[in-house]
Amino acid sequence: MKDKKHLSVSAIENGTVIDHIPAQNLFKVITILGLDRIPNQITFGTNLESKLLGKKAIVKIADKYFERDEINRIALVAPHAKLNIIKNYEVTEKMLVEVPNDISGIVKCVNPKCITNVENVTPKFKVVDKNSVSLKCHYCEKITDQEHMEYL
Amino acid sequence: MKNRSLVAINDLSRDEIFRVLDLAEEFEKNPIQRIMEGKVVATLFFEPSTRTRLSFESAVNKLGGRVIGFSEASTSSVSKGETLKDTILTVANYSDLIVMRHPVEGSARYASEVSPVPIVNAGDGANQHPTQTLLDLYSIRKTQGKLDNLKIVMVGDLKYGRTVHSLLMAMSQFNASFTFISPAELRMPLEYKMYLDELGLKYEEHTDLAENIKDADIVYMTRVQRERFSDPMEYEKVKNAYILKNYMLEGTKPNMRVLHPLPRVNEINTDVDESPKAYYFTQALNGVYTRMAIMALILGLKK
Repeated sequence: MKDKKHLSVSAIENGTVIDHIPAQNLFKVITILGLDRIPNQITFGTNLESKLLGKKAIVKIADKYFERDEINRIALVAPHAKLNIIKNYEVTEKMLVEVPNDISGIVKCVNPKCITNVENVTPKFKVVDKNSVSLKCHYCEKITDQEHMEYL
Repeated sequence: MKNRSLVAINDLSRDEIFRVLDLAEEFEKNPIQRIMEGKVVATLFFEPSTRTRLSFESAVNKLGGRVIGFSEASTSSVSKGETLKDTILTVANYSDLIVMRHPVEGSARYASEVSPVPIVNAGDGANQHPTQTLLDLYSIRKTQGKLDNLKIVMVGDLKYGRTVHSLLMAMSQFNASFTFISPAELRMPLEYKMYLDELGLKYEEHTDLAENIKDADIVYMTRVQRERFSDPMEYEKVKNAYILKNYMLEGTKPNMRVLHPLPRVNEINTDVDESPKAYYFTQALNGVYTRMAIMALILGLKK
């Protein structure tokens, strides 16, 4: 019998594994964290069975660790994401994401008449409701809710 | 307030609001004080608002300052495609303070972040117009002798009306109770009612005008505009229902005053003008004193 060839999506030696990403938001997570612009080795799987999410995605990034602020940026699209910090094939730390108090440069303001949609101004928000994730624009003061969120 | 921009009414603490009102009162008693001599105020009106602009310019003139600026975007470099940031950075070189009116929401906050001189927001789209709110507060305090525990009746377009929203936020700090009178389509938005609920402040909602102003201390009128209605039939049905007429003032409280941010079209019948309860033109005059106070405090000419 021939050995089945299997892909190298196996464990990483050092780096970060982000688990429990809703499958439909995988590419948003990739964009928000800028994973499409770094030279590191990255593997991901998507549409995996998940009791919690239905379909989930998982991303493994070799030789990369994230700052708390950096990782909280994905809270809007992956509020249940769990990070495993891997060192020498061992999980040395687990992190959960937290919805931050302020959001800057991730989401577009829903108001077409907002300065951030008219001129080259980075959108900034205060998170006014962490459960439903609703955002109050720092500039026009309008609320952008989860349903109307568009990512930059 | 020295060197600070005034973008939204909630940029000011309760004490700062009182300071503005007290100083406005001082200017009303003694309006000619040439404390702004040598100061230049730029009035940048990216959309026309003659009333507001003249009020600011009158305020600067009374204090001995000079005014530069434009009254609509088409006569400025904006029409050549200049960004707001560039306009502000340039004009800041020529002036000690910038008064700005702009149709884009949040433009004033942004301008205040890029400008080396303080910005006074004279209206940014449907968002904020804090000097209007301060002059409303001044008018209310002046006519009622206090700001606390008043009954405020708001009439007309309560959905889109920027002035009523800001006034509601400001008066909610003073234990006010509210009556909202509007067509069903232009009701006070839920977020404001929830805000009052949170504070435990009372409010009622009605669609009938004449019946519901008897116990008011202040009747704050706004215009019901045709373009706010998705269905023109709806507008036709309600357009005459929110016109205040002199006979309706019968039986209202003696201290009651009618306010309106102006311009009025037909929502206050001209027969109300003769009533001692009509206060809207004096309210506009109060705007000058209030703006004198705001600019004097921001420029550090008064403490």
